[in-house]
Amino acid sequence: MNSEPDLERQIRDVLKAHARLNSDVEGLAATADLYQSGMTSHASVNVMLALEGAFDVEFPDHMLKRNVFNSIQSIRQAVAELTA
Amino acid sequence: MRVIPSSAKALKTQSAHRVTVTGEALRTGIDIVQVSRVAESIQCFGARFLNRLFTSAEIAYAQSSAAQCNDRLAARFAAKEAALKALDLCHEAVNWRELEVCRDADGSCRLQLHGRAAALVAARGASQLSLSMSHEADYATAVVVWLRKDAGSPALPPLFAITPSPP
Repeated sequence: MNSEPDLERQIRDVLKAHARLNSDVEGLAATADLYQSGMTSHASVNVMLALEGAFDVEFPDHMLKRNVFNSIQSIRQAVAELTA
Repeated sequence: MRVIPSSAKALKTQSAHRVTVTGEALRTGIDIVQVSRVAESIQCFGARFLNRLFTSAEIAYAQSSAAQCNDRLAARFAAKEAALKALDLCHEAVNWRELEVCRDADGSCRLQLHGRAAALVAARGASQLSLSMSHEADYATAVVVWLRKDAGSPALPPLFAITPSPP
């Protein structure tokens, strides 16, 4: 199982590659609003698919909500739940 | 033809995007998608991207033209996002495939709701949905209008009266 720092590292790497944010991912607080940081709805789909590939999970329908992908923290909680 | 509002008093503006007519609610949603980025997503994620977002019928129609495939997919994704906004479903757990863009024989497109999306909207009372899509160069866009009649409200006269143009 990934440690929390590892989890967050991987999530930040995915965001760097796919979220198309208007600011540097490394400088983003874990609670920063990713949509306010430039992530579009299309980019959030790419992020979701990339996270599924990175963690070998599939986000179930009940997690297909905007707030699940709202921040690094919310993504971390969702991935932790899926990989538990 | 001239279109005359039947009663300006019946319109109450509640916000920049929402106009409520007594007993009914009108909401709009709009989205714009970059076609080249849809192409990138397909290149990166392949069938996972397609099958997650689109029904088999939507994919089949888009792929029936190699030249227009990405345009059609981008427009359909924009339509789904516009629908989520118009229907106030952004914070609900709704699968994109439940918001299907169906193409009729005359070429016009409409939204068909399925599953949880359909149930959530049905629970909010009788309603009508209208969709319009467009694409040019590297952009596709869609707008969805949702007209909802509150349950228990009496039937209302039409919003507009249409009269012939003067000679």
